[in-house]
Amino acid sequence: MMNYAGDDAIRAEGLRVVRGGRVVLDDVSFGVPRGSVTGLLGPSGCGKSTLMRAIVGVQAHVSGRLDVLGRPAGHAGLRSTIGYVTQAPSVYADLTVRENLRYFGSILGAAAGEVDRVLGEVDLIDRQDAAVARLSGGQRARVSLAAALLGAPELLVLDEPTVGLDPVLRRDLWGLFHRLAAGGVTLLVSSHVMDEAERCERLLLLREGVLLADETPAALLARTGTQDAESAFLTLVEAAAGPGSTAAALSPSAPGSAS
Amino acid sequence: MTGTATTATARRVLAQLRHDPRTIALMLLVPCVLLTLLYWLYDGRPQQFDHIGGPLLGIFPFVVMFLVTSVATLRERSTGTLERLLTMPIGKLQLIGGYALAFGLVAVVQAVVATGLAIGLLDLDVAGPTWLILCVAVLDALLGLALGLLVSAFANTEFQAVQFLPAVILPQFLLCGLFVPRDQMQPVLEAVSDVLPLSYAVDAMLRLSTESEVSGLLLRDVAVIAGCVLAALALGALTLRRRTP
Repeated sequence: MMNYAGDDAIRAEGLRVVRGGRVVLDDVSFGVPRGSVTGLLGPSGCGKSTLMRAIVGVQAHVSGRLDVLGRPAGHAGLRSTIGYVTQAPSVYADLTVRENLRYFGSILGAAAGEVDRVLGEVDLIDRQDAAVARLSGGQRARVSLAAALLGAPELLVLDEPTVGLDPVLRRDLWGLFHRLAAGGVTLLVSSHVMDEAERCERLLLLREGVLLADETPAALLARTGTQDAESAFLTLVEAAAGPGSTAAALSPSAPGSAS
Repeated sequence: MTGTATTATARRVLAQLRHDPRTIALMLLVPCVLLTLLYWLYDGRPQQFDHIGGPLLGIFPFVVMFLVTSVATLRERSTGTLERLLTMPIGKLQLIGGYALAFGLVAVVQAVVATGLAIGLLDLDVAGPTWLILCVAVLDALLGLALGLLVSAFANTEFQAVQFLPAVILPQFLLCGLFVPRDQMQPVLEAVSDVLPLSYAVDAMLRLSTESEVSGLLLRDVAVIAGCVLAALALGALTLRRRTP
């Protein structure tokens, strides 16, 4: 039903996840092209984090098809090729920034210079010897991101990496994401802030566990006849709620989506 | 590769401890203070101090490592670092091995300090070789570590984890033979104490206190403790799930 580029980094078909007896993701199908920055957008609680957990292989009760870098999600061979950043920074608060990165680096088998490289990429060189517990929330999030950049991963799954950061830093990080993508890395970046949509090459819009769109930002705006992602999202939600014709006309399988 | 993930984890756990000097001080000093207290308590009755001092050299590391490990593992789970690690190329046994290596080293230091104090300054009279007392103390520490790791899977909060001390450790402490010799217990209680691992830790220390020769029964006790350590570590590894709901 959908057209995929032959070489998708992530490919989901009929994906369904049940958490505590509740269906969190229902019949979700999409593809994420290699070397792209794909935004996973939707309100808080829509299933973004669950989808990301399924992709990195830590989510239980997943059914349907989910392939990551040509292997089923959760395959042991994927563990050194995926960088994963959870929404809450998952680093050791009692260690220094450098100690954290050195530890994760040695688990990933990263080269010795890697720690300095990722410290530079997240702009934390001057804080490298500070205990993570003494850092601000945004700095902690960057330590967590730096750990995911170690060891040259092919796929980065980043759950709200730019929340709470100042605009300059946010712009710099998006610049970093695009540089990585230009080097062949695939990035899936979630956000509940719709204005981050314009920074992505492709968008996945998720609401209450259902995928509303899988296309480029331009195609989304054209299909919904709107000026920004927020209005496009509202239009899609209203169309999905309303009966018949509008929903069909705006369904993501319309020709515009397979660009 | 196998070695590096384990040693890297051990180094990381030790680095965390290094940043927490108060915990190190508590781990090393509390057993010494308690032993000294006991020495004064049994002032003038050295044979009673000898009877209880030996087993305590095994019980202290057991209790301390149980507490430290259950809280440390719970922290790994609740801060998301465990989830992150389990998406990385590290085996569960490597992770557990790293903890065992780090806390095992701490247990060696703790045992040397406590045993040195008890035998050197407090005149604790033990018949067996000191190095063997140290070995059994470290083995007891690993037993505490393995059980702490296992029970932490059943705790969702640090409050719950701490409650496992009275739930899991105190019954073993009461039935280990320190208060009433195990062969004089009511048969049902004796049978229960026969299946509790701490009983063998205390038996081994009691034998080392009174026998100068290494007996077959001592070796049996040591084998039972080692078996319990391995079984609890294996069960603990099973509780680390890569996929969680």
